[in-house]
Amino acid sequence: MTGNNNKSSSKRSNKDTMIVLGIETSCDETAASLVRSDGTILSNIISSQFDTHRPYGGVVPELAARSHVENIDTIVAKAMTAGNIKYSELKAIASTGGPGLIGGVIVGATFGKALALANNLPFLAINHLEGHALTPRLTHKVQFPYLLLLVSGGHCQLLTVKGVGNYDLLGSTIDDAVGEAFDKTAKLLGLGFPGGPALEKAALDGDKYKFNFPKPLAGRTGCDFSFSGLKTAVRYTVDSFKSITEKDQADLAASFQETVVSILKDRCANAISMFQEKNGKNKVLVVAGGVAANTQIRNGLNTLAYDHDMDFVAPPMNLCTDNAAMIAWAGVEKLKLGYRTDLDFVPRPRWPLSEL
Amino acid sequence: MDLSKIGQLRIKNETETKVFAEEVAAFADVGDVICLFGGLGAGKTNFSRSFIRSLTRPDQDVPSPTYTLVQSYEIQKQSNLIAIWHFDLYRISEELEIMELGIEDACSDGIVLIEWPENALRLLPERRLEIHFEFSQHHEERILTLRGSEQWHNLNIKNIGVF
Repeated sequence: MTGNNNKSSSKRSNKDTMIVLGIETSCDETAASLVRSDGTILSNIISSQFDTHRPYGGVVPELAARSHVENIDTIVAKAMTAGNIKYSELKAIASTGGPGLIGGVIVGATFGKALALANNLPFLAINHLEGHALTPRLTHKVQFPYLLLLVSGGHCQLLTVKGVGNYDLLGSTIDDAVGEAFDKTAKLLGLGFPGGPALEKAALDGDKYKFNFPKPLAGRTGCDFSFSGLKTAVRYTVDSFKSITEKDQADLAASFQETVVSILKDRCANAISMFQEKNGKNKVLVVAGGVAANTQIRNGLNTLAYDHDMDFVAPPMNLCTDNAAMIAWAGVEKLKLGYRTDLDFVPRPRWPLSEL
Repeated sequence: MDLSKIGQLRIKNETETKVFAEEVAAFADVGDVICLFGGLGAGKTNFSRSFIRSLTRPDQDVPSPTYTLVQSYEIQKQSNLIAIWHFDLYRISEELEIMELGIEDACSDGIVLIEWPENALRLLPERRLEIHFEFSQHHEERILTLRGSEQWHNLNIKNIGVF
């Protein structure tokens, strides 16, 4: 992980430089981070860092809320120590308030509220998706408005980010999210679950034009996505083999990945037209979320952006997958604008960005 | 535990899945548990989505619970507020972890849908419906086998392609 110890000891003379503690527990990992309002990440801690048995850091699930309860005080303490910051130096506590695994969200939100109350600090409940959406401002200082493709295990949507708390949903998946399609296809190919990275690796040796899979919704107007039919098509193809060789696996993986890239580009092209009609050219296309780790997807979107006179930004990997720095940063942005969340806030398992 | 067989359906496409899901939803009440068996892409989530939308509202956002493990929805039925629980146990194998999700409480005071229920069967009440989704030779078609406790045998499936 980057950003653990940089500049931690330098006491800034500017009293307006705010530091926010972010807590993220809406998925499998417990995470905590300290971020300063100038965009410096003072610490960024995630529970998988401390488990050496994990083949792909950050993707093996810790399923129950219990593990968040067991981890959270240690992870928060590590974040405070790594950033060399005392609670008295903080300006706010920000916790993910949803959407996600509700037991986990309750743990993180309650912990954050308690810390805020005990230290007489403002509390901010952050929408997990807003954390992803604002990350390019932390990493690349991207100006509003920008076009965002948010792709992860549980989410797949295209948004115009107009400002903090101000999002226009252009399209979203009508069935599976793209990360789920990756994970479940990997499972069908015998590559295990979760299998996004494994599938990408297998695809390296495959022929991406070997199988012609359907591209649901491609060519239609609008920006909605559909991946359920693609998953089923891979299943039928796999079932048609008597036994599946490594070469078949590679070809299937490569063809699947190529199909996903092509669907994403098709949908994003429509989104770019809609976005540019309102906002003009020379703006930024951002991809965020765990699936943004995929190199073929990044390359495909980079080309698409270039062809449409847009800049392309993808935050570094550890800030694309779930993390607490994005929650702390969203806290910074909201605090600057004077937001506060009441302590009777109720965590939300579903919380679309349109309902902020 | 053996639940007796109710019948088999031949579902031609997603539209017929929706009709079937609405029929089951209209029949379901507090304390009912519906277990959805079948491989990847067999139609479990599609069924769940139609089931939940028919009880909530047609444009209800119904995300797959594969990552969040469970999603809940509330509906008003007569003067009572009833919870619908949508579980996905694909990622869980330990009974203890399943219990920690609150599945037993959900079964006693809500309407419960469970995808990938294989590892939870010992925790579930006998009063339940099991739907087994299987692929057929025809592309979109699915064969559904229904098993259930006594009251589910009154479910009207005569008009939905019984064979």
